[in-house]
Amino acid sequence: MLKQVEGSAAVAEAVALCRPEVICAYPISPQTHIVEALGRMVTAGKLRPCEFINVESEFAAMSVAIGASAAGARAYTATASQGLLFMAEAVYNAAGLGLPIVMTVANRAIGAPINIWNDHSDALSQRDCGWIQLFAEDNQEALDLHIQAFRLAEELSLPVMVCMDGYILTHAYERVDLPTQQQVDTYLPPYEPRQVLDPANPVSIGAMVGPEAFMEVRYLAHVKQRQALQLMPSWADEFKRIFGRESGGLTHTYHLEDADTVVVALGSVLGTIKDTVDEMREQGVKIGVLGITCFRPWPTAAVRAALAAAKRVLVLEKSLAVGMGGIVSNNVAASYAGSPDLVHAVIAGLGGRAITRGSLHRVFAQAVAGSLEPVTFLDLDHALVERVLAREREQRRSGPIAENILRDIGVVAAKIG
Amino acid sequence: MFQVRIHGRGGQGVVTAAELLSVAAFREGRHAQAFPSFGSERMGAPVVAFCRIDDRPIRLREPILAPDALIIQDPTLLHQVDLFAGLLADGFVLINTTRSFEELGLSEFLARFRREHLYTVPATELALKHVGRPLPNAALLGGFAAVSGRVSLESVNAAIREKFPTTVAQANAAAASAAHAYVTQKMREVVSAKAG
Amino acid sequence: MTYQPIRFYQTGTFTVGNRLLPDEQRSVQANMRRTNSLNSGHRACQGCGEALGARYAIDAAMEATHRQLIAANATGCLEVFSTPYPETSWQIPWIHSLFGNAAAVATGIAAAMSVKGRRDVRVVAQGGDGGTTDIGFACLSGMFERNDDVLYICYDNGGYMNTGVQRSSATPPGARTNTTMPVGASSGNRFDQGKYLPAIAMAHDIPYVATATVAELHDLEAKVRRAMEFRGARYIHILVPCPLGWGHDSAATIRIARLAKETGLFPVFEAERGAVTQVSKIKLKLPVEEYLRPQQRFAHLFRDPPRRDVIEHIQQLADRNIHRYGLLDAVERQA
Repeated sequence: MLKQVEGSAAVAEAVALCRPEVICAYPISPQTHIVEALGRMVTAGKLRPCEFINVESEFAAMSVAIGASAAGARAYTATASQGLLFMAEAVYNAAGLGLPIVMTVANRAIGAPINIWNDHSDALSQRDCGWIQLFAEDNQEALDLHIQAFRLAEELSLPVMVCMDGYILTHAYERVDLPTQQQVDTYLPPYEPRQVLDPANPVSIGAMVGPEAFMEVRYLAHVKQRQALQLMPSWADEFKRIFGRESGGLTHTYHLEDADTVVVALGSVLGTIKDTVDEMREQGVKIGVLGITCFRPWPTAAVRAALAAAKRVLVLEKSLAVGMGGIVSNNVAASYAGSPDLVHAVIAGLGGRAITRGSLHRVFAQAVAGSLEPVTFLDLDHALVERVLAREREQRRSGPIAENILRDIGVVAAKIG
Repeated sequence: MFQVRIHGRGGQGVVTAAELLSVAAFREGRHAQAFPSFGSERMGAPVVAFCRIDDRPIRLREPILAPDALIIQDPTLLHQVDLFAGLLADGFVLINTTRSFEELGLSEFLARFRREHLYTVPATELALKHVGRPLPNAALLGGFAAVSGRVSLESVNAAIREKFPTTVAQANAAAASAAHAYVTQKMREVVSAKAG
Repeated sequence: MTYQPIRFYQTGTFTVGNRLLPDEQRSVQANMRRTNSLNSGHRACQGCGEALGARYAIDAAMEATHRQLIAANATGCLEVFSTPYPETSWQIPWIHSLFGNAAAVATGIAAAMSVKGRRDVRVVAQGGDGGTTDIGFACLSGMFERNDDVLYICYDNGGYMNTGVQRSSATPPGARTNTTMPVGASSGNRFDQGKYLPAIAMAHDIPYVATATVAELHDLEAKVRRAMEFRGARYIHILVPCPLGWGHDSAATIRIARLAKETGLFPVFEAERGAVTQVSKIKLKLPVEEYLRPQQRFAHLFRDPPRRDVIEHIQQLADRNIHRYGLLDAVERQA
């Protein structure tokens, strides 16, 4: 059924349709509307049987989910940014224990400096923990991916992170098609754990594994995630058959057929990129888009195939490997058959800085002209940073960068966008 | 695509206004995208919200830099924040105030736009009268429907009824209708002034 | 198969059971049908108080819950010595997640049981003092505050023993650990505020709080049984001497635990909803020296010259406990 709702509300509805049994969450911007909506549904009796637990921290949230999932209940939580880091130990633990927990990450920057706006540093900080990581392009995909996530998680016995851009998607009202309970029930059968805490059949879960077996355990975890690459497309196909639309899968391609230049990105910025690419195509530029939906496991073959004919690749990412460059671009370069020099990292949108068509036109044109640096920070205030660096060359300071900037300009003006 | 930018202060229902507008457009079978540009909750701080309306799915995610219409819920923002940045030449402006453009010091600036697209409406007063609270957003949407013709008053009121409980919805719809009538009248005056 | 009752002929301790008692008054441990939830074959040190306490407590919990029990365990000695992969000593469904989250994991298990309509299945969380009073404090307090249906058992051996004997907030003042070495002018662990978890648990007004030691089997079992009569958050704090960390003879574990009680250093009591309901009186009050001398971790207090000031300060803590919890009958107090 078509509805015009906030992204968070759509996700909450989708999660509720998946019949979660234990929901535990700690509030953090910009995830709050999701868990509030689910809490209301549970309290009003619309979502049952379900226990909704207000926990005292994100670490507790993931821990409660671990206990619930290990005991055979379908468990869900949501977080962002600092919260994801605070639960990091438990995030690794859930993956290592093979628990099919589903978690929404409402992507937000990580401090310091504290910043509540969108970028991908939170999810990507956990890219190696063993969770499956999916990125939604719009709110329709966000709600669809949650439904697929529960299915993926329980089939593979692996936790799944569904990432959606904080504020940009969570707080945006747009049209979505909400499925029926029957459709979801057809796609997602009840949770049948492979191993469960049950007095009738006692098992010990979480033993200490020493050097004699740890390598094998980790190898099998790696293989299991790689195997997911074979299975996920078929589950996306099944989703299409039942729900009537394409959603999820490993990647989305756009205008790739004869593209010399390919722009790679994750999440909502793909929308703005596609509008820009349409405009450039009208000017005859052979440019296309590769959207990565499944970031972990990394879809090596799909990326390699998509970039096979590309003469140059521009990875537009809302993430930064401090001291090195791009994160996504690094993953892309590993799958690009051509020279790594032809993969350009464009770091953009950190901390919620708006990414505009105007800026994209400029940087895509640079890529086409072959004048892009290996790493570019989009829309950087070069004058400002040069002043700060010049001052520091004369008099070295330690301490927080943001505060040091203020010594020069005194105040940061409010801007629209 | 038609792009609306709404300015106000926290607590005035700016974000809700954008959402209601998107729901109104949705009810008319169109695509709409509404989103805010603020972060933590704080009363009184300047707030901007955006609404795009189109007949095709909307993929664009950037803030609205070149609005087709501006709704200004709080005139104290004038001369403090660059409210009119990017406004297109044919753009619509609706300001919540009892004063005229001259009294607001805007007549020179607005001379470069189309007179029949620029209006003021005492939305706060209408809200106080119909709703009993100084929340001008519903009234402004009613006025906007009249000014722009991009959504109907019926759709705006239907969106209001969807969002709020019955008595509150009725009151807000009444405010919207009153503002719609007010602006419609002003539009007639402008047209006959031009003709005469 | 018919069961042949085995009479235990044990002298010098009251540990296993008194054959002169009627069956229903004998301990769970004395029963051949006890579940042995923590089965033999684990890798604990000889004389480990925690291994003893865990077996006592979980067997009693199994009996009280008709064997419908799930346990969440914090990282620590108990978890490590009981599950040397690929083996496990546990006969019950058991999960180890992290160091600081046993209480939260238990909350999750309890929620799962509730959602599935399995009210008969009860949940126990267990951890050492480090995992409870330090790194697990937040999750524990959260569980208390929500009154989740979990019994949390803390096995207190006064330090981070599994990592090689470091100080925790439960380490008694004056004790030597590898991070509170009595070198130079230092006399071991400082006399800070202490973090007395039983009182903190009581401050949450949870249904049941109790302390116990491995020296009194019947008392410990009775408290676990009592705890299982309640729904909601419950807490039992058990003193478990550690021969390795405390530096005492491995055969002296139970005796040392009894000395902790009899000196007043470890009050033994029960509380419900924030108010003490029962106190296990000291049978024969002993000066704290009797407790301190047999332990190498206090040896530095008895060098030449002895640290009388520190010992006196410890005695004051014991006397404060006696006064605060009414550990002596009026007659003894006057004496």
